[in-house]
Amino acid sequence: MIEMKGVNKVYQKGVQALANINLKIEKGEFVFLVGPSGAGKSTFIKLLLKEEEPTEGQINIDSQDITNLSRRKVPYLRRNIGVIFQDFRLLPNKTVFENVAFAMQIIEASSKDIRRQVPMVLGMVGLSDRASQYPHQLSGGERQRVSIARAIVNNPSILIADEPTGNLDPETAWEIMKVLRQINRRGTTVLMATHAKEIVDVMQQRVIALERGKIVRDQQRGAYGYED
Amino acid sequence: MKIRTVKYMFRQGLVGLWRNRGMSVASIGSVAASLVVLGLIITLVLNINNVAELTQMQFDSIQVYLNEGLDQNEVQEIGQRIGSIDGVQLVEYESKEQALKNMKERWGEQGYLLEYLENNPLPNSFIISMETLEDADGIVAELQKLEGIDEIKYYKEIIENLLKIAGFIRTVGLVLILILILVAMFIISNTIKLTLNARRQEINIMKYVGATNWFIRWPFVLEGMALGLSGALIAVLVVYFGYQYTFQIISDRFTVMVSAYMIGTRAMMHTTISMFSVLGAGVGALGSFISLRKHLRV
Repeated sequence: MIEMKGVNKVYQKGVQALANINLKIEKGEFVFLVGPSGAGKSTFIKLLLKEEEPTEGQINIDSQDITNLSRRKVPYLRRNIGVIFQDFRLLPNKTVFENVAFAMQIIEASSKDIRRQVPMVLGMVGLSDRASQYPHQLSGGERQRVSIARAIVNNPSILIADEPTGNLDPETAWEIMKVLRQINRRGTTVLMATHAKEIVDVMQQRVIALERGKIVRDQQRGAYGYED
Repeated sequence: MKIRTVKYMFRQGLVGLWRNRGMSVASIGSVAASLVVLGLIITLVLNINNVAELTQMQFDSIQVYLNEGLDQNEVQEIGQRIGSIDGVQLVEYESKEQALKNMKERWGEQGYLLEYLENNPLPNSFIISMETLEDADGIVAELQKLEGIDEIKYYKEIIENLLKIAGFIRTVGLVLILILILVAMFIISNTIKLTLNARRQEINIMKYVGATNWFIRWPFVLEGMALGLSGALIAVLVVYFGYQYTFQIISDRFTVMVSAYMIGTRAMMHTTISMFSVLGAGVGALGSFISLRKHLRV
């Protein structure tokens, strides 16, 4: 569950990135975050990850007020939020298995758990037969699936996808959406920032549109709503 | 922290060292160089302090050598006269036999050398303890008026000069060491920066997956400490062999008198090893810390 109450974010140079954001995303929802570049989507995500602090307002995640979370506790917050990016961010010198296992090593999981959990998530994203390959041997769609596997391997309650299909052709993008939808069906909240009009229109999920830092539309079963 | 995590940290640290071996060698060299200079200064200061202390202990007093062939009455009379001089606290008689025995003790291991003397060259003497060192000049002036005295030895100036030199070397040394340590730290922090750059992406991912700052930091801190400790090890070896060699030369070519005043190699190394290890590791860890500071703000 994600909740924002009266959130403002003003950057040091005086740019108002977010203005008076109030919203609630329930557990298990699938939400698109849309809007033109510079509308505040990135800031929105950064606030959830505690990469940036809100200037004003309160943010709750899973009923926990994270607004005044101490620096030391931020890593533990992030363990409950999986993130995927447009550029995949895989480690080139690690195999698919190692890339996913890396996320578990970091939270000091046992090698027994790693050996059990990694093949399972690779199966979920349909990469069971790619475990020993390196990222450069994979297609773009496969790489994004590896990054999804890494994001969910620690069973986060929220998955944030920042333009996950931005670098992919439409067909591959749909593969990724299928995987995300599947993860969402298992109970994970998915928040996806995107410019992919077709995907948003077809998926018929909740759409939150940002413009100049304000929520201009929040619609169940919404459409993309922009012509780009 | 779990054992596999510790293993992971050490492995990552080693990978970092190996990936930037050129800079690693440069860092180790710079730490070693700084610590060798530090070692040189420490040996000098400690030895001078030692000499000054020993000298002060032995000669915080005025020694009056008596002429040969005085009879017991004459000796006693001189003793009484000395005792009545202002500022004299205590007068002790030391016969030439006693003097030789004392010298043997002072020379310690090398005392056996004195056993081959055909006859005792040391004079009978009075040893005068003063109330304060400042009285020395006045007392000496009075002593010079007495008869039956061969020579008056006092070491006020020597002691003062020794202490002055030790103090000077200490000050100059401290400044020099500080500069060298800063240089070493700078070089290490640059080496760590290279590893950091090579692993920027990895760190970024680690931050997003929820690695704690210490989890990210440890491999780099270990890398820095390894650099510092390797430098320290080299410096310890250089100082050890250097000091031993110097000690040997001084005992062989000069006289045992000098080396008897020097601190033994073993005692010297005790100080050096612990000090260098702490300094090396500290400089390394601090160096990494400095370069990590910015990178962890994600």
